[in-house]
Order: sequence, then structure tokens, then C-alpha cells
Amino acid sequence: MIRLAPDQSAQIRRTEKVEFTFDGTAIWGHAGESLAAALIRSGRLHLRDAPEDTDPRGAFCLMGLCQECLVVLEGQTVESCRIELQPGIDVTSLRYGADG
Amino acid sequence: MLLLCGTAQMADLIDILVVGAGPAGGNAALAAARHGKHVVLLDEQVKPGGQIWRAKDSSILSAPQTPESSAGDALRAQITKAQIDHRGSTRIWQIERQTEGWDVHVLRDGQVERLTTKTLVLATGAHEFVQPIPGWTKPGVFGLAGATALFKQNLSPPGQRTIVSGTGPLVFFVASEICRLGGTVAAVVTPNTRRDWVAKLPALARRVDLALRGALWIVHLMMDRIPIFWGCSVVSVEGVARVESAEIQKLDANWAPKGETWSIDADSLCLGHGLIPSIEAPQLSGVTISYRSDLGGWVPDIGEDGATSVEGVFLCGDGTGIRGAAAAELHGTLAGLSAAEHLGARTAKERATLRSRFNRAARFGLAMTALSTPRPGLAMLTKPDTIVCRCESLTQTRIAQEVEVGAASTNAVKSGLRAGMGPCGGKYCQTAIARFIAMHENRPEAEIPPSAPRPPLRPVPVSALSADFDYDDLPIPKPAPL
Ligand SMILES: Cc1cc2nc3c(=O)[nH]c(=O)nc-3n(C[C@H](O)[C@@H](O)[C@H](O)COP(=O)(O)OP(=O)(O)OC[C@H]3O[C@@H](n4cnc5c(N)ncnc54)[C@H](O)[C@@H]3O)c2cc1C
Ligand code: FES
Repeated sequence: MIRLAPDQSAQIRRTEKVEFTFDGTAIWGHAGESLAAALIRSGRLHLRDAPEDTDPRGAFCLMGLCQECLVVLEGQTVESCRIELQPGIDVTSLRYGADG
Repeated sequence: MLLLCGTAQMADLIDILVVGAGPAGGNAALAAARHGKHVVLLDEQVKPGGQIWRAKDSSILSAPQTPESSAGDALRAQITKAQIDHRGSTRIWQIERQTEGWDVHVLRDGQVERLTTKTLVLATGAHEFVQPIPGWTKPGVFGLAGATALFKQNLSPPGQRTIVSGTGPLVFFVASEICRLGGTVAAVVTPNTRRDWVAKLPALARRVDLALRGALWIVHLMMDRIPIFWGCSVVSVEGVARVESAEIQKLDANWAPKGETWSIDADSLCLGHGLIPSIEAPQLSGVTISYRSDLGGWVPDIGEDGATSVEGVFLCGDGTGIRGAAAAELHGTLAGLSAAEHLGARTAKERATLRSRFNRAARFGLAMTALSTPRPGLAMLTKPDTIVCRCESLTQTRIAQEVEVGAASTNAVKSGLRAGMGPCGGKYCQTAIARFIAMHENRPEAEIPPSAPRPPLRPVPVSALSADFDYDDLPIPKPAPL
């Protein structure tokens, strides 16, 4: 099949992969990308529970407005879409629900 | 650059402070600097570029250029060359009138700071409107415009298999970018029909370059055998703790859903229904607003070349109406020149030559806005138990109850239910609530203004507020849940 919209993903050069943890699980991402981008690529979409009804939520606006991507980093609640991934950080989701 | 914190240091008086470093604000800063003014350019993004030309993050070592990345690089190079004092990662959260000009309160590196300026150019752009649908809060649903931030900044697709659903040209751009970045598009779904597009041919003919690019996106998708469902919308999202599939339904001419639905599997969904001018900063500076459906909703009242009735305040770009990036660049230059003129420069001739180009670019942009703006029937996608206010998990039924007992404005719904007082500051529910009230009470949207903005415009951690400032009367929103 002719592909007019070429897949350019192989032409993108990124920084080396570094390890960090999300809820205790080791995950790899590229140093300097947003934490949300690394989590989305690894398939971790459920970042927090809604405080009122504990429904699962994840990154939505990807630009620091909606506050749906909040996670905990070093005891602080941060917008994962606006935080740069650093090697070795420990990130936890904001969970209230039972399903985990 | 030193952080001017607390009262430790008094800030210098800036000539022109530009808020927003997109096509509008970036060009405003360049124009004012050309006339010798002391310009400071602030933006919450790390680098200039705004939404359309958002810069890549530091994880990208090299990548093929796109029209957006090239245009952004050109703007960034000009700003560096002009030695404009650009401060990135800086969020503006309050604007106050002072005797000498304006105090602008910003948050940077977790610290608050106050800048004082003689004049303000506000170029805060737009944010997107998403009509709430059942399941739109599930992880894996992203805003259609928001997803482009992931493409431009991180060069990543939103998932392995994505449905793209929304209005106007953006839906095709998003689908095409997902293919380019190695993702798979399960389907493109758009409320617009082919006939809607044909009706815009005269406007498209004015910008053959942009029209061709759009046509190519569609040809690409067709060659890749990606289904395009015209005159349809995603109407609900299924999945346990994330997107697993989405239901699609045909829409009538008014965009109300009708007929049978069908389901498509996907792990992600990009969903969006047009842009809304971000008017909070102009409102805080005292600029009045009016309803203009052709411009995307409520817009600040502006005169020629971005001037306002508030002395020393100039506005430009999509924050004054969704006219698109080409118009935003020219509008930015015009507003930057107006601000310089206000401080004594002579710019009338330069502005006169730019005005007709701006008007031409705006005509094309407004044709795209007309395709993107939701028709009233789309509000029917929101069902009684659909969450409308994401922050407080408030359903349409709860909001309807508040409206029944007499809340006839978004302000009243806000004070009754806290809808719009959560951490997002109402950016993702206020318009949906206003449209709901309009539909429910059979009143025009023009009668239901957005609630008055209250600082902070962006979430400010309590820890950042230093005792030296008089913040006692500030209604700090509920802290983010811990
Ligand atoms: C998410 C999104 C993606 C878009 N993608 C495209 C696209 O790919 N192609 C296209 O043709 N059009 C796109 N648009 C439309 C877009 O708005 C363009 O028309 C163009 O970017 C408008 O330029 P502007 O300078 O007026 O605003 P913008 O480019 O939006 O610039 C406004 C700037 O102000 C900053 N800002 C706003 N409020 C604050 C604050 N309180 N503190 C600090 N900084 C602040 C923002 O970070 C932003 O950089 C997009 C719009 C949005 C909302
Ligand atoms: S995804 Fe909306 S704030 Fe991060």
C-alpha cells in the first residue's frame, strides 16, 4: 500500500531512556520529556481518582489547565503534563478508589 | 534573571509587558522592541511558540521539520535576536491596576513574583471546548487540540489505536499527525459534512496553500484506508478504567444525534468541538466583553489594532476571537505597534499597511471557525448522568436541578454547586453549562455571560504565597486533592 502520510517515527532521535517508578513499578522514559508523555507511552493512563466519586482519571488537556493529570512527586502534587522526567524519580498516582 | 520575590526588591518599571508568546504575543513583542521599547514577554510554556508552534521538549535531539516547527523556530530565532526579555515557565495569575500602570503577579519556579508595567499586551490565545459525552472522563480521552501539544512537544501519539472525533480542520490535522508519529487511527469522526466543506470553498480559495495542506491530510487518510465518518460524532466512551471502545452515531443538520449507533475499538480518543477565546486576563484588567458567535463566543471589546477602552491595555490574537494563527501574527504586530504608539512611538503608517492583510487572514480563519463551532444540537450528546464539571464530578442532572431552582447564570450555578470553582477554574465546564442553560430556558447564549473571573488565573500553591504580599482577600481555590 502506498503511504502518503509517511510514518516518521523512526527518524525521531530522542535522549537515552531512563528509569523511574510509577506506583512502585519500574518504567522507562526519555529524560526531558513530560512525565505524562512517558506514562502515556507506557500505557499508564489512570493517574488519579476523582475526589468526589473516585472514578479513574488521566491526562486530558496536556497543557496544564485541566488538572486531571495530577500525580505525587516527592510529596508534592504536580501536573504530570508540565513536569520534566528525571532519572530515578518515584511517582505515585492519587488514588482513593478500591480498584487500584 | 533574579527572582524578584516579596518586597526584597522593587521591580523595574517595564514599558510593555506581553502576556503570551504565541504568534500574537511574540509578534507584538517584536514590533514594540523594534520601536525601542523595553519589552518583557511572559509565557507559561518553556519556549515561545504558543499553541500552534509549541516547541519540542528537551528529550528530542532531532526530528523531521513540519510547517509548525519551522514557523516556531523562526519566531524563536527572531525573539532571541531581538534580545527580548522572554521569561518562560512563568504563569500569570493576577493583574491589578496601579497608579503608575499595572502590577502583574506571576508564578515561576514555585515562587510568586510581581512585575510592574506601563502598558499591557494580552495575547493569551484560546482553550478548547469539548461537549461532555458519557465516558469522556475516562483515562485515554484527550482534548483534540490538547493532543496536538503531545505531538509538537513530545512527538508521541496518544495511544496505539486512536479514534479522532471533532469539528473543523483540526480533526484531520490530528489524524494525520498520529499517522506521522507512528500511531494508528481507528477512525476519523466529524460532525461536519462534505457539503459543509464545499460551502467554504470561496474562503479556502483565498489560502490555497492551507487548503491544499488540508486536502492532503484527507487524501492521506483515504489512501491509508482510514474510515472517515462525515456528519457523525463519538457519542459515548466505553471501558473499565480506560478507553476500550467508543460508540459513534449519525447527527442531524443541527448536530443532534439520531438513528443507530455502532462501536469501534480503540485505546484512546481525541475529542474536541472548537476553540473558545481565553478572556480571563482581559476581564481582570477591566475590559468589557460581548457575545460574538462568529468569533467563537464571548470576546473582549476591542477597537482598531488591539486597543481597548482601558488605558494602556492592548489585546491581540485568538484571545480576541478565533481568527487563526495567520491573523494572530498580524494582529500581534498591530497591537505591539499600538502599545508603542501609546508610549510615544510613531506607528500609524506601518499599521495602516498591515490592516488589510490582517483582515484578509482573519476572513480565512473565521471560515474555519465557522466549521469548528458547535451547532446547538450537539448539546444533546450530554446525557442526564454525564459528568459536566470534571473537577467536582457534577452531572448534568445536578446542574439542571440548580437551574430549575432559579440559577439563571453560570455565576449562580457556580456559587450553588461549585461548578467552575474546582482546580481547572471552570475552563472545561463553563461554556457547556452556559449552553445547557440556553437550551433549557430557550434563551440565546448571548444572554448568558461567563462568570466573572477571579484570581488566581492559574493554580497557585499556598506555599508560594509569601507573607509580604497582601493576598488575604484572594479566593484561593480548593487545593488540589492530596
Ligand atoms: C491546544 C491548542 C492547540 C492548537 N493547535 C493548533 C494547530 O495545530 N494548528 C492551528 O492552525 N491552530 C491551532 N490552534 C489554534 C491556535 O489558537 C492558533 O490560532 C494560534 O496559536 C493563535 O495564536 P495566539 O498567539 O493568539 O495564541 P496562542 O498561540 O494560544 O498563545 C497564547 C499563549 O499564552 C500563554 N498563556 C495563556 N494564559 C497564560 C497565563 N495565565 N500565564 C502564562 N501564559 C499564558 C499560553 O501558554 C500560550 O503560549 C490550537 C489551539 C489550542 C488551544
Ligand atoms: S493534562 Fe490537563 S493539566 Fe495536565
